[in-house]
Amino acid sequence: FCRQCSPAMLMRRGPEKNSIFGDCIQTVFLCLFPDKDIIYICPFSGALKGKVFITNYRLYFKSSDADSAVMLNVPLGVICRVEKMGGASSRGENSYGLDITCKDMRNLRFALKQEGHSRRDIFEILFRYAFPVSHGLSLFAYLSQEKYEENGWNIYKPMEEFRRQGLPNDKWRISFINKSYELCDTYPTVLAVPYKATEEDLRKVATFRSRGRIPVLSWIHRENQAVIARCSQPLVGMSGKRNKDDERYLDLVREANGTSKLIIYDARPNVNAVANKATGGGYEGDEYQNAELIFLDIHNIHVMRESLKKLKDIVYPNVEESHWLSSLESTHWLEHIKLVLSGAIQVADKVSSGNSVVVHCSDGWDRTAQLTSLAMLMLDSHYRTLRGFQVLLEKEWISFGHKFASRIGHGDKNHADQDRSPIFVQFIDCVWQMTKQFPTAFEFNERLLLTILDHLYSCRFGTFLYNCESARDQHEVRLKTVSLWSLVNSSNDIYLNPFYTPESGRVLYPVASMRHLELWVSYYIRWNPRIRQQVGLHVGVHNVMHASTLSAY
Amino acid sequence: MLSLGSGGGKSAKPSFVSYVTPEEINSEKDTPKEEKHPDLLPGEVVFCSASTVLKLTQDELSQRGTFGTLLCTNFRVSFISDEETGEETAPLFKNKLYGENDIPLSCVDNIYGGYEDKRKLVTGSQVKNKYPSKIIIHCKDLRVFQFALTFCKEEDAKRIFQGIVHHCLEPKSLKNIFAFSFCENTAFPGMLGNVCFTKLVHNMQQRTMMFDSAEDWAQDLKRTKGSCRLVTENANFGLSPNLPQYFIVPESVSEADMTLFQGKGLPIWCWSHHSGCALFKTSNLPLQQEDNVPQSYMEKMLTAVAHNYLYSVKTEDLSDTLPTVQDIQLSYSKFKQFFFIDSTTDFWVSDMKWFSSLDNCGWLDIIRSCLQKAMEVVECLEKENNNVLIMEDGGSDLCCVISSLAQLMLDSYYRTLQGFQSLVQKEWVAGGHNFLDRCNQLHLKDKENVSPVFLLFLECVWQLLQQYGPAFQFSETYLTVLSDSIHVPVFSTFLFNSQHHRASILRADSSHSQRGTLNCPTVWDWSVQFDCKAQQLFINPLYAEKPKLDKSMRRPHRPKHQRQLSLPSATFKTPPKKGFFKDETDSLKKILRVKRISRWMLSPDSPQPSSTSREFYEAWQRKPLDYHGLLLPCLDGPAVRIWMQRYLRWIQEVQIFGGGLVTVLSKVSDLLDEVQELQRQLDRHSSSLTSNHQRPRPRPISAETDSRLSVLLSSSFPFTTLKNNWSYKPAIPTGLLQSLMNSGNLADTEDDDQESLVRA
Repeated sequence: FCRQCSPAMLMRRGPEKNSIFGDCIQTVFLCLFPDKDIIYICPFSGALKGKVFITNYRLYFKSSDADSAVMLNVPLGVICRVEKMGGASSRGENSYGLDITCKDMRNLRFALKQEGHSRRDIFEILFRYAFPVSHGLSLFAYLSQEKYEENGWNIYKPMEEFRRQGLPNDKWRISFINKSYELCDTYPTVLAVPYKATEEDLRKVATFRSRGRIPVLSWIHRENQAVIARCSQPLVGMSGKRNKDDERYLDLVREANGTSKLIIYDARPNVNAVANKATGGGYEGDEYQNAELIFLDIHNIHVMRESLKKLKDIVYPNVEESHWLSSLESTHWLEHIKLVLSGAIQVADKVSSGNSVVVHCSDGWDRTAQLTSLAMLMLDSHYRTLRGFQVLLEKEWISFGHKFASRIGHGDKNHADQDRSPIFVQFIDCVWQMTKQFPTAFEFNERLLLTILDHLYSCRFGTFLYNCESARDQHEVRLKTVSLWSLVNSSNDIYLNPFYTPESGRVLYPVASMRHLELWVSYYIRWNPRIRQQVGLHVGVHNVMHASTLSAY
Repeated sequence: MLSLGSGGGKSAKPSFVSYVTPEEINSEKDTPKEEKHPDLLPGEVVFCSASTVLKLTQDELSQRGTFGTLLCTNFRVSFISDEETGEETAPLFKNKLYGENDIPLSCVDNIYGGYEDKRKLVTGSQVKNKYPSKIIIHCKDLRVFQFALTFCKEEDAKRIFQGIVHHCLEPKSLKNIFAFSFCENTAFPGMLGNVCFTKLVHNMQQRTMMFDSAEDWAQDLKRTKGSCRLVTENANFGLSPNLPQYFIVPESVSEADMTLFQGKGLPIWCWSHHSGCALFKTSNLPLQQEDNVPQSYMEKMLTAVAHNYLYSVKTEDLSDTLPTVQDIQLSYSKFKQFFFIDSTTDFWVSDMKWFSSLDNCGWLDIIRSCLQKAMEVVECLEKENNNVLIMEDGGSDLCCVISSLAQLMLDSYYRTLQGFQSLVQKEWVAGGHNFLDRCNQLHLKDKENVSPVFLLFLECVWQLLQQYGPAFQFSETYLTVLSDSIHVPVFSTFLFNSQHHRASILRADSSHSQRGTLNCPTVWDWSVQFDCKAQQLFINPLYAEKPKLDKSMRRPHRPKHQRQLSLPSATFKTPPKKGFFKDETDSLKKILRVKRISRWMLSPDSPQPSSTSREFYEAWQRKPLDYHGLLLPCLDGPAVRIWMQRYLRWIQEVQIFGGGLVTVLSKVSDLLDEVQELQRQLDRHSSSLTSNHQRPRPRPISAETDSRLSVLLSSSFPFTTLKNNWSYKPAIPTGLLQSLMNSGNLADTEDDDQESLVRA
């Protein structure tokens, strides 16, 4: 197939700095498409002549213009869609070429000469290697041979994390009922459940919870022993089925710290929860004694996807000039952020006042993960450290089965799949909003968040691959791929916030008002060279230190 | 209808003459002794008061509040709580002139009367014998007060309501402004009072130049290496009362030119670029179609400007492209309403449409267009090295905004605290901005001349500050306090329409008084308002101080003018000094002049330069950022923001407890302390090796190093600190879903494949 490939082009890179690509991924570079002349139609600098390389990891472009230093270095995993533009009869200048849509808020357009088969070749290579899963090929993470000082797979050990929280104790026990994913194939193997609930109880409850995702403990408050439990919706259905075991089980959750009324936060809008009854789902009704149900009105994955799409329309390639704020408002993106944050604030507020809560949405892997992890970030300063944050992601998102593969579509050519949704991006945005409001409370900086989002798509690391732990085990992710945390923890100083002031015991309540929420410009508009990256406060602190040393002399 | 302090309140006298001196009132007042008084300032007298007034907390629903006494003096409306405040910790950022429950009379923006469940704007004339159950006061510094009168005696309630309305809303004479009685009774040390900063600004002995002497002008001209002519003939306003006492004009302007149109049309020097070209401003000549005198005069003036450097001049009539002062007023009056929050419900309801509301009032667009215009002026000077003449009708509104913004962008001296104050003195105070009229210090009913032009300038400065923090020596807090000070009727800075106005008022006054000329403090006498500790918050700890090259060449002012950021010039490069073209000049002059003037006369503003100025910005942006060089603002949508500290500081719902930028600043201060402590230890160590002598170290710049404080910090620091009665409860948005309900049918689709669920 690959006519361009000759043995000579199989470049093997040692540990030395990779001179072409400017980083040092120690891997087998399969140079699939050697330096061809191409025109990159840059939305900011206009059409640029240059050379393009495509490897099994990335698309690389460098303009041959001496005075413009435009360079592209795009991991193929970022590509969402590749399309041909123009045909053999296209006449206009640069009207014949390729249009590439990326998952990270940008599009790339290349123009080619109509002669020869260069477009067909480049299209086929891109299509094949950007979507390896659709072509029966391995994701790049399985080919990478990067070596790091630290093994990121060791960052999260469920038992250690439970022990840190003071578990097990006399009210909560650790259950291994799911060790071979029999109870629930999208849950982790180790679960914390009420001490009084037997394994048999758990099995019974699992029949009444969507996909067997039973209520389990995510976090416990050290002083007041209030817990955040998470689960999926109860299978109430049209007929309004009841399940005594489920009712009793939730009462055990309540009882554990003597909470008088268990608060159940249903992340969905009320109407959607009602509508779910038609498909067998539903919500906890009055039959649940000593429980109160509160809807948090957060919309579903489809609404979020469309909202981000609208946002892209107003920021890429050019930032909407007239009525920017009204345009921003019409995307509703920040309004969704506000809803998610305000839901998490309510959860954190209840728990810190000693009241145990249960959080669920439909399946408990999208909105639920957002709410529990954000509430935990507000409540527990450990999660605001560089490593603690990694644990939080590993625990609440990765191990509890946020469907990364379906939401991101790693290596999948079906760009229009209805399962795609930027739920995790939205969560990271919420975290960013918190770091903006509390600039000294987080040990990590914005760069970590950007790095996480870059590698959410890149497929260079195994961290975000697959939908759940059982699938990861099956594909031996931990054995065959490198963890993103290996990269981060091997050079962690660049991810540290110089203003971090460790402080424990205080709950951080961000203000979920539009007055304080702002667009994350350095992520959503980062491709636009006009938007100057936020002037780093680091520069400021450097200056201060410098000035103070000077003045001391 | 109003009888001040006479106790009756029902007297049927015709409209009260308000032009009484405080002494007269003082003699009539009969306020009972047992009533509480604030610590009155020198010259302050109480007009009326009422006890058992309930000051309501912000949340309407709770109807909670504090009982106390409400007073109205010739300086403020003041509320004194009955509750024993005890020895609670003194607020860190205390204003010496007024406290948190005081409203200086000129700071009152609007008064509303609350009747049952509706409220009405009080315009003054409506006040008869009725009084509302609640007085709601919106302040110009965005505070909101609500006082319930339902528990006080009817007489008291009527009197205090009428008193407040009268003194806050009715027109008064300039002499009745508090500053005059205050200053007669106080001695000010003048600018020497600024001892707080001499410690902080340790690099050079800077002072604020007042530009009320020939020396200040000469110094600024010298500093920028300008080659224009200093005019001293107007020291006694002999040339024209419209002109400043001292000013600078192009060299070839004659004395006769200056008097021809009372100073109108005369190009006044603002600033010289290192290339030699300069910025001038002027007020438009009156339009007279019939005779040619103005036209030929204007030609002459343009030639004079062009003559300044390379016979080039660009003119810009600001009234053509910028909003009028009325537009500015209109937009701001819509904008400010968003920050007067009466209740929590109000807050969350308005949160839904927050962005579009902001957009619709256009305030940010006005800020953007001013910054844009200033950037175009900068481009002419910096890139094309053209002389620039900006003009507008009065020559003292948008000309002041644009010229001072351009200077801030070009000259890092003006980004120091003293430099900034000097700039305001030069362009605004000496430049004859009509502060008295624009700020409506006299509460005139005819609001045609009222417009927050100076505030608009501060807004623009804030935008630059938030984009390039380390480039500014002063802090956001400084700007906020400066914007508040406009409405503290004590400072001469904001009381007059021009230098001539000031001189005539003060001269007239001193002839009546035995004490000689009045000595009102200027706003720059910060110690009138704040102690040294509070003033430390005016300094930006993140300021990237310019590294000193050589200590020995210390001069009283900035030793060298900035040069490092000259962009490639499109036309000529270095200024060939006079005589170089001697022979060609005549023809060159003719060509250039004719071109410019014809353009000027025919189409005052032809091509919109936005696309070229975009290039200018981008070219600048590609270069490494130098905080001491040229600064250009980014004007894209997300970059122009709301001045959060000024506008949101009093709104409880948006306080980020334990958060906000201040946490960073306090961390930086801690780090600085640490560094200096280590340095001290090091010094002690090394000096103990040689001798026992120890050098004293300067105290670090510190927001507040008290560790207790970090718990109390909030995003509104230093204006509000967390108090015990404020709950730690988070603000939870209410009524969230309404605007999202029409998200289309996607909202109804459920997340995942539901068929499988049914099977489950």
